[in-house]
Parts: sequence; C-alpha cells; structure tokens
Amino acid sequence: MSNGQSERREMTGAEMVVQALKDNGVKHVFGYPGGAVLPIYDEIFQQDEVEHILVRHEQGAGHAAEGYARSTGKAGVMLVTSGPGATNAVTPLQDALMDSIPLVCLTGQVPTSLIGSDAFQECDTVGITRPCTKHNWLVKDVNELAATIHEAFHVATTGRPGPVVVDIPKDVQFARGFYVSPQIAPRTSYQPKLQGDLEKIKAAVELMAGAKKPIIYSGGGVINSGPEASHLLRELVDLTGFPITSTLMGLGAYPASGKNWMGMLGMHGTYEANMAMHDCDVMICIGARFDDRITGRLTAFSPNSKKIHIDIDPSSINKNVHTEVPIIGDVGRVLEDMVRLWRATAKADKKALYPWWEQIAKWRARDSLAYKMNNDVIMPQYAIQRLYELTKGMDTYITTEVGQHQMWAAQHYHFEKPNRWMTSGGLGTMGYGLPAALGVQIAHPDALVIDIAGDASVQMTMQEMSAAVQHDAPIKIFILNNQYMGMVRQWQQLLHGNRLSHSYTEAMPDFVKLAEAYGGHGIRCEKPDELDDAIKEMIAVKKPVLFDCRVATLANCFPMIPSGKAHNEMLLPDEATDEAVANAIDAKGRELV
Amino acid sequence: MNAQHLQPTGSAYFIAKETERPENHTLSVLVDNEPGVLARVIGLFSGRGYNIESLTVSETEHEKHLSRITIVTRGTPHVLEQIKHQLERIVPVHRVVDLTVRSHEFGQERPLERELALVKVAGTGEARVEALRLADAFRASVIDANTEHFIFEITGKGSKLDQFIAIMKPLGLVEICRTGVAAMNRGPQGM
Repeated sequence: MSNGQSERREMTGAEMVVQALKDNGVKHVFGYPGGAVLPIYDEIFQQDEVEHILVRHEQGAGHAAEGYARSTGKAGVMLVTSGPGATNAVTPLQDALMDSIPLVCLTGQVPTSLIGSDAFQECDTVGITRPCTKHNWLVKDVNELAATIHEAFHVATTGRPGPVVVDIPKDVQFARGFYVSPQIAPRTSYQPKLQGDLEKIKAAVELMAGAKKPIIYSGGGVINSGPEASHLLRELVDLTGFPITSTLMGLGAYPASGKNWMGMLGMHGTYEANMAMHDCDVMICIGARFDDRITGRLTAFSPNSKKIHIDIDPSSINKNVHTEVPIIGDVGRVLEDMVRLWRATAKADKKALYPWWEQIAKWRARDSLAYKMNNDVIMPQYAIQRLYELTKGMDTYITTEVGQHQMWAAQHYHFEKPNRWMTSGGLGTMGYGLPAALGVQIAHPDALVIDIAGDASVQMTMQEMSAAVQHDAPIKIFILNNQYMGMVRQWQQLLHGNRLSHSYTEAMPDFVKLAEAYGGHGIRCEKPDELDDAIKEMIAVKKPVLFDCRVATLANCFPMIPSGKAHNEMLLPDEATDEAVANAIDAKGRELV
Repeated sequence: MNAQHLQPTGSAYFIAKETERPENHTLSVLVDNEPGVLARVIGLFSGRGYNIESLTVSETEHEKHLSRITIVTRGTPHVLEQIKHQLERIVPVHRVVDLTVRSHEFGQERPLERELALVKVAGTGEARVEALRLADAFRASVIDANTEHFIFEITGKGSKLDQFIAIMKPLGLVEICRTGVAAMNRGPQGM
C-alpha cells in the first residue's frame, strides 16, 4: 500500500494523525473531543498549523466539514470520539455519500484489547459506517496509521468523491511507530477511470450535431470535477447553442444569467426545463444521475430522446434510465475532448435550433415561478428575491436546510459560479444548512455566508449558533418562518386530505431572543416594505444573525411534478387550486414519496 | 381498475414496469483479503436488495493476499449489470466477472460449476445397504462410518447434489453441509 522508505520518522500515533493532516494540506478540522481521542486532541493543542473548530454536536462537525468541502473543492475533515461521537457522525457521512462530497472522518475507538467487550463508549464504527462511506478502515497497527490516513484522503478526493472513516483505537494513538509521507502507491484495486472513451465521445458529438431538439442536463458532477469543468461546460453551451438545465446539486456550473439557461429541472423545476426534457430528441446528461426527483415517472421519462450520459461512476450508467451513449470518465476531461472534437468536426447549425427555441420561449412564457404578490404579508418567494437582489453583487455563499425554503431558494436565488451553493440534495437532511454555513465561513472568512433556512429545519442543529459565535463566524441564518414544516404540510395537502398531522410547530421559540442568548444578533421582519432594510441590517452586522422572516404561512411550492406523474404533467402555480392540489396525486402516486 | 403494472421494484420510489425475466448468474469477484471485505460484499447485496443464492469465499493467492468470492445471484439483466458495477465500486475489489455472461460469449450455456457436500446418513439393515449402493452410483465416497452411520462426500453440480440428498432422505438422512458453488469458465483464459 505504501512505500515506507522515503522519510521514516518515529512518533506516536496521535502525532502521526496531526502530521498526516498537515501533509495532506489540511488547515481546519471540525470536531468534538472525548475519551477515545484525547491523545490526538493533546497533539492538536501543541501546534498551530491545523486549526480545530469546536462544534456543539458531531452532526454539526460533519455538515460543517461538508460545507467547507463543497465551497473549496478540498476534503472536509472531522474528528470525533468513539461510540456516540461516531454514531452522531452517521447522518453527515450518508449525506456526503449521496451528494459525493469528499469528507474525511477520524474517529477514536476503545483500545484494541477492549474491542468487542462492550467497553464504555464502544461501538462497531466500521460496521456501522460501512454502508454510509466510500470506504473505511480500522487501524490496529500504529505502523499502518500514516499510510492509511493518506490513502483515506486519496480515496475521499479522487474518482467520485465521498466520505471515508478512519477508526483509531486509543492504544494505537499512544503507541510509537514509523511515519511515512503521503506518496502513495495507489492500491491496484482502486483506479478510477478519468479519461473518457474517445470513440464514445465522437459518437456523442455526432449525435449532438444532428440534434433538432437538444438539451443539456448537468449536475453536481460538473462542480465536483473542479472549476475547469464549469468553464468547459459554458464553452460547450456557447459552441452548440443548446439550452441547458441543471439539477439542484449542479446550480452555478452554468451561470443563471447565461442566455441558454432554463432554470432547474425536476420535481420543483421550471415548466420550460421539464417540458424540454420531455420533448427533446437528444439529451446530454453531464455529471448527473437520473435521480427520482429529476425523472418523475420513469416509464414516461423523455420518451423520444437519445441519451448521452457522462459520469465517473460506471454504476450510475443505466441505473435508472437507459443510455444510448454512455461515457465513463471525469466530467472535466470528457468535456475537454468533447469541446475539442466539436470544434474540429461539428458545425453548430444554430438556425436548425430556431423552432426548438421558439417552442421553449412559449413554455417560458407560462412563467411557472410566478406567485401572487401581497402587500401585507411577505411571500416566501419575494423574500428570496429581495435577498438575491441585495446580495448578488457581493462575495456570497448560500446554504440551505431542507424543505420548501430550499426549493424556493433554488428557484429564486440565481447562481453565477460553482461552489457557491451548498444544499443537501440526495439525503435531504434537515439541519444541514446552519453547520454547513459555519464550515463555509471558516473556509471564506470575509465572504457573506447565508443559510436560507426553514423554521423547523433550523431547530435541528440550532446549537451550532454557539460554535459560530465562538469562532467569530458571522453566518446569516435567514429563516423563512411559516410556523409549519411547510413541505410536509404541502404533501399532506396533496396526499392526505389536508389532515395536517403534526406538521405545525407549536411553541415556536422567539428567534430574536434565541440569537441574543447565543451572543448573536436577532432580527424580525413581518412586513414586505420593511424587508429590504432588515436584510441590509443583517448584512451589515458582523456577527452571527438569526433573521426571523415571517412569511405567508400557507404558501406552497410550485410548480411541481406530483409523484407518479411525468414531466409534462406539472402542476403550475396558477392551476394549483385547492381542488387541483387535493386530486393531484392518485392512489398509485400515494404510495410513492 | 387501471392499476397497470406499477409495482415498486425494491424501493417505493421507482415504478419501472418489470418486463425482463430474472435469471441466475454466477459472478467471480477477486478481492484483497483484508478484514471486513466479505461484509462489504454481503452488505452491498442486503443493502440494495439483491439476492444471494450461493456464496463461496476463500483465499486463492496467499502471497498477494487475494481472495476469490463466487456468488450465485438472481436478477433481471438490468439488475445483474447494476450488481456488477456496484461490486466494482468497492475499494478492495479488483475484478468482477459475470461467468454466465462470459460463458455465453464463448457459445456455452453456463460456466463450470461444482459444489461439495458432506451428507450424514444413519441406519441399519436394508436402508443402510441401499444408501451405500446409491452413494456408489453417485460416485460419493465414504469418509467416515461406523456400524450405524456413513458420512458421504459428494462433488458435482448443484442439481446432482440436490438429487442425491433427496434420495438419502428416506434412508436415514441426518445432516447436510454444502460448500456453495465454486465456478470458473472453460477454456485456457483466466478471469
């Protein structure tokens, strides 16, 4: 696995951990101490190169590291103790697995002699985290520790990125052994394929050149591939003149101000994006995975198109949707070849696309993101729009929780660059956004970091306000407070006869007082005409802010593809009467989610 | 009712109509022999709702720390392709070969598959004699015996073992232990 002969220095396991972090370029670690990691914490105490960010709950450490990773393109690192420390890390690990985020989680473990004895704070960490990591290790020999941590970074950050766990028993942290530097001879069984098959790329370019109704559908893979991939994506769109839509995870890879931008697709995507997906003749899927929130009813998904699918993970190909031209490789490398081949061989016949763009313009004219403005009550969409208008010129990063506010943010906040949008897409983790914002702010101390939150989600990880105050991270928590678990309520209206079982939050805390209790700043806003000033105040305050934005309580998130329906069966806002909502999903759709 | 065929397949989220028929395939998986590798493979099958009909594992190349896992699984061609790709994602997995697909490519119906069973039969008198006679016919060998029992060792295709065991049932069958399927493709090429 490793070389060993380069630089062999004797040190303790705990020293090795810190040295390995330094050697892998780690500047920040998010964590929480405990009995089984004390030797490592002792080493952290005695140096300055790696800064430790103390959270209030291990889940917060994980999401903070995810936000850090997503906004920098580097691995996020978390450090937790054995037992409950490790089990609390499970949610962010699975979150990172589903959204392909490079996350390195170091866990303490009881001494090797006690493993299996039900010792205090013991759990089978590698067993519990096996299905929610890309790979994990239990290190029983101090001489394997350094090489294992290096390999962990390598696995987390290469190929399709993902979370890894290195479980380190306490006696291994105390033991002395030899440290090796991170020039890994990669293990022969792990060799992600980066370069796409040129013949397949040629076939794709040929198919694209003949398309009359093409669409590019891009995803988080473009962002994971690095900034160059986003550049190439923009170049490809310019060259071809094709319309482009993106998944939730891919927002920002192509700028929302770009003239070929159609908005997000999927369950709460725009009418034009979904209709174009349904009617297209050639679909170019770039770093996305045909998730069920994207496809709607699979049997009716884009029935007349030939599909090109670029993905680094062979298991994503043909998983949900059959693809005519699969290209396995890193998005950036494949796009490089594709752009080159297009320039060399294909001539963009942009005239041939006129009828398609005319059709798109008709769909666009349906204005599917429209909502009824109200002068007395803040509409949630309006709140996002004003937030966007007042922050768009700044160095802004947006995180979200999960629910209606997340979809409104995706619809109404417009992203120009990659790595600016941090959200829990695959797992849908309520409570992701606040700690993620902390992580982003640590990575970008001078940037404006805003968590667009819901009143229910934000209470799941509210304790990290304390961490934000401690570490001078002036994150802005912009809560769209409608007093409901809005998306749960929306589904109860759609599926369960408007019986709102436990989706109303009684005994809501006073968020302004709560902010002050944490040592932050609280703002409440209830009127549309006071909103701009309140947002400006939020931006100006140089400490963590809880912004209690009281919005219309019963607004719902449209447009929407109800479950079991196809892309061309969207429920549009102006058609979403109470009756239409109640009947939108039939008995079969009710079994789905 | 126009309930169509909207049966969820494995997960309530997907409602693809299953038009393909499930088939039995034999997979060979070459893995690093390290702690937990078998759990990773088995966990993948249980976690993603795949079937395991038979599983055999043992170290095959000691110096390289390589083990070979042979899995007989059942699924539609689409699911079988997914299983292969999902197995390949596991970091210590070197290679996955669908031996059944490979044998079709060679124009053969199926790969070579063999299984070993130990079969304990107890009895006296005519049943005992009959058991021994049948064992001989099946080319099972006696590896342990006293005046009241035999333990037979039998090797062959699964169907042969099934048949032998069924025949032994009325003759005093006590217990059975089977290894699961070991398999490889015919011809000079390796996996």
